[in-house]
Amino acid sequence: MSVISEFTKGIYRENPTLRLVLGLCPTLAVTTAVVNGLGMGLATMLVLVSSNVIISLVRKLIPANIRIPVFIVIAATFVSIVEMLMQAYAPALHTALGIFVPLIVVNCIILGRAEAFASRNGVIAAAADGLGMGLGFTLSLTVISAVREVLGNGSIYGFPVFPDGFQPVLMMILPPGAFLTLGLLLGLSNWSDMRKKGRG
Amino acid sequence: MDFGQLFVIIIGVIFVNNFVFSKFLGICPYIGVSRKLDSAIGMGFAVTFVMSVASVSTWLIYTFLLDPGTNVFGGIDLTYLRTISFIIVIAAIVQFVEMVVQKTSPVLYNALGIFLPLITTNCAVLGVAVLNIDQKMGFLPSLVQGFGAGIGFTLALVLMAGLREKLEMANIPKPLRGVPIAFILASLMALGFMGFTGLTLN
Repeated sequence: MSVISEFTKGIYRENPTLRLVLGLCPTLAVTTAVVNGLGMGLATMLVLVSSNVIISLVRKLIPANIRIPVFIVIAATFVSIVEMLMQAYAPALHTALGIFVPLIVVNCIILGRAEAFASRNGVIAAAADGLGMGLGFTLSLTVISAVREVLGNGSIYGFPVFPDGFQPVLMMILPPGAFLTLGLLLGLSNWSDMRKKGRG
Repeated sequence: MDFGQLFVIIIGVIFVNNFVFSKFLGICPYIGVSRKLDSAIGMGFAVTFVMSVASVSTWLIYTFLLDPGTNVFGGIDLTYLRTISFIIVIAAIVQFVEMVVQKTSPVLYNALGIFLPLITTNCAVLGVAVLNIDQKMGFLPSLVQGFGAGIGFTLALVLMAGLREKLEMANIPKPLRGVPIAFILASLMALGFMGFTGLTLN
């Protein structure tokens, strides 16, 4: 497969959230507002690309039976770097995301891509895969948080979109709204798949 | 130590701030392992055990090795090593539990076998360790919070597994079958658990 298709597959065809159903905890937890969803997506993307590149570089040196701890330590290193960068340059975002910043290290997407892709492919392909998967993750987080912010707060990226009379559906920015939005979105993606298959 | 305070922590973390329904921790195993009741119970208890041990060991590591105020290195600030050291400790505990269970009880090992390695990447375990530190919990409250969070996770998992076994028979629109309907179900359960928010314990 070419580098381009390694990059594009993560965006929809193998989207980590909608297709592989990985990395659900941050998907549900931080998507109360678009700015948080976007920030989380970008932070995860940064970790994903860096750890994919490093793992791909050292893949021939790692003994097979201890590979998982090695992957976790590499990911944890980049998570610590991202956390410190975020604390320094985006303190508000760091506070909003809370414990989900250190928890990027246990995001199944990172370990999943390390195991399934980066440990078996070259550096450039691994970087493209990480970038595509990260972008797909960011996109789905943005979509979910947009739905929740518009319905639950009547705004998008902080700007009000509804006239004053609009009564926000508070439930959407509370936990039940997160489960509901993701469930319906997964259903929608399955439905569009079935229609495509039915036609083709 | 005031036992009333420990009671408040344990009820709070099981019902009011249930890890699955209000903090969104441990969602992957919650959706992944809730298809059968037996495996849900096994997974729940394994997670509870790992969370209790992990709470205690990460608290000790943070207090005596990393925190500049109390560590044995005389005030060197090593708190930036928190994420790395915690995840290594958790991975080691999970590996250790796996070996002990394998040697002492092959029956339990066969029942839990495939779930044990997965606990390392269960974000509820690292989550409770980080929360204990963020909330500046003491030693005993940390242990209680870890244990209670595990029980809360088990409760959510077992309830979900019971419901999903019934769902197998239900006539659900095709695109929603499997994972999507599980999320919609979780949404309703979270709505129910929000009822506990009004609970005040003093």
